[in-house]
Amino acid sequence: MIRIENVSFRHGPTNILHDISLTIPKGGITALVGPNGAGKSSLLSLISRLQTLQEGSITIDGLPVDTTPNRQLAKVIAILRQDSIVASRLRVHELVGFGRFPHGRGRLTEEDRAIVGQSLQQFDLADLADRFIETLSGGQRQRALVAMAFCQGTDYLLLDEPLNNLDMYYARELMRSLRAIADEKGKTIVIVLHDINQAGAYADRIVAMKDGRLIADGAPAELLNTDILESVFGFRMPVEVVDGKPVALHFR
Amino acid sequence: MSAATVKRPSGTAAIASLGLAILFVLSLFVGVGDMPLGRLLSDADALELLLVSRLPRTLAAILAGAGLAIAGLIMQTLARNRYVEPSTAGTAQSAELGILLATLLWPSASLALKSLAAGAAALLGTSVFLMTAHRLPPTQPFLVPLFGLVYGGVIGAAVTFIGWQADLLQYLAVWTNGDFSGVLRGRYELLWIGALMVAVAWFIADRLTIMTLGRDASVGLGLDYARMMQLGLLIVSIVSALGVVVVGMIPFVGLVVPNIVSRLMGDNLRGTLPVVALSGAALVLGCDILGRLIRYPYEIPVGTVMGVVGGFLFLWLLFRRPSHA
Repeated sequence: MIRIENVSFRHGPTNILHDISLTIPKGGITALVGPNGAGKSSLLSLISRLQTLQEGSITIDGLPVDTTPNRQLAKVIAILRQDSIVASRLRVHELVGFGRFPHGRGRLTEEDRAIVGQSLQQFDLADLADRFIETLSGGQRQRALVAMAFCQGTDYLLLDEPLNNLDMYYARELMRSLRAIADEKGKTIVIVLHDINQAGAYADRIVAMKDGRLIADGAPAELLNTDILESVFGFRMPVEVVDGKPVALHFR
Repeated sequence: MSAATVKRPSGTAAIASLGLAILFVLSLFVGVGDMPLGRLLSDADALELLLVSRLPRTLAAILAGAGLAIAGLIMQTLARNRYVEPSTAGTAQSAELGILLATLLWPSASLALKSLAAGAAALLGTSVFLMTAHRLPPTQPFLVPLFGLVYGGVIGAAVTFIGWQADLLQYLAVWTNGDFSGVLRGRYELLWIGALMVAVAWFIADRLTIMTLGRDASVGLGLDYARMMQLGLLIVSIVSALGVVVVGMIPFVGLVVPNIVSRLMGDNLRGTLPVVALSGAALVLGCDILGRLIRYPYEIPVGTVMGVVGGFLFLWLLFRRPSHA
């Protein structure tokens, strides 16, 4: 369980998060949605201790993120930041293999290698395993990074806009993979999404943020309605039910 | 599939080792003094020449070359930029400043103490460089080496100015231009500390590779990023300072060797770091042998030879893009 209590965060004179309290139970996919600058990435950075907590407290399975040793947290939570750049010439399997670093601090065991293999399979990277990252397309690179985070083998997986750079096919593939991971392996996934309909189709719960505050929180069926979406995104969009799932027609 | 058909690490390492071994033997027998192989054991003078001069000189070149190549590699890792190295980013110049000040303030200090002063100054100078480099926009990768050149130039100018004021300019040339001709037994052994640093670097190779992924990815994988940064800085400073103190500055080694190895093998340092060390050693030793032969029986300092050879290698690197780009 991730427990966020009274977290505020400021960057210079700007207040980025205002008194956020949120509990994310173990298991399932929670989607964070909201307009640009809502504070989604900052919240993810604070949960994953990439940013230093200023006010309030965050615990993961009871471990406070600000005082628990970094090495220990690396076995509990994995994060993929938005716009991660891999500038070094690493092969796909090497990069994914570094996801195992928190466990063996370097040398890969047979078990580690098996997990790396599974991760490559899971994200359709087996054919690309020996390629250098820099020779891949943006979408392939993004999948390699997600595979690396998954390979870390943590119960909690935080993904900041992983659908960036992915075409429709791979966006769908990635969401389906994440759904399978959550259902079959009991992983807890927190994912920042821009496409509200991806959130509606694959998440168990949607948390909407705006201007550094939580403004809506609920199952997709509750959250995807015209009034709530207007309060989040600032314009009215019709919501239709297709195959029993709500679909926001945000492009109209 | 051109990217996949890259030489296997073990093969490249074997080639580098073999090349170094050949150069090692060659280096023992190239020089002004007469040292015929057949009389080595019977002729005390020949054996003396080998043990006091040739062998120490050869080992010094190997140790300095391996150390400088690794220092360059680590510097590139810390700065997350392929085009920096200690001699072009203020580290070597800071070390010179340290040793100059130590010489001025405490003329009777031993070589070890002067090394310490050089190391401390190198650490300070490199820290300032890296702090600044990390503030430069990542969208402009050439700002970092550019800033390094200017920064190193400014410190170098200060060194020259102080040296000129104190009438130590000739003395200064000993450190600013690498030269192995003065290396004798008892005068190069500090360089073994550099070898120790190379071993430390290999031990932390995985961590260094992770650091090339940036701070966020490093922290996410449970790495103590700040401490690794300090350790890397320490290795770079010690190796560079020892190089400057014992043999003088040798340019380009730290720049071209890691870049060429990266082109051939990639950046997974667990596999490439030994190759970088071996190749750096071979390059410096090869240039030293060349310097001994070009104007035989006179010598050209290795710093000068490397300036030319390294310059050409760097140009080759710039013009010969990787095949997939």
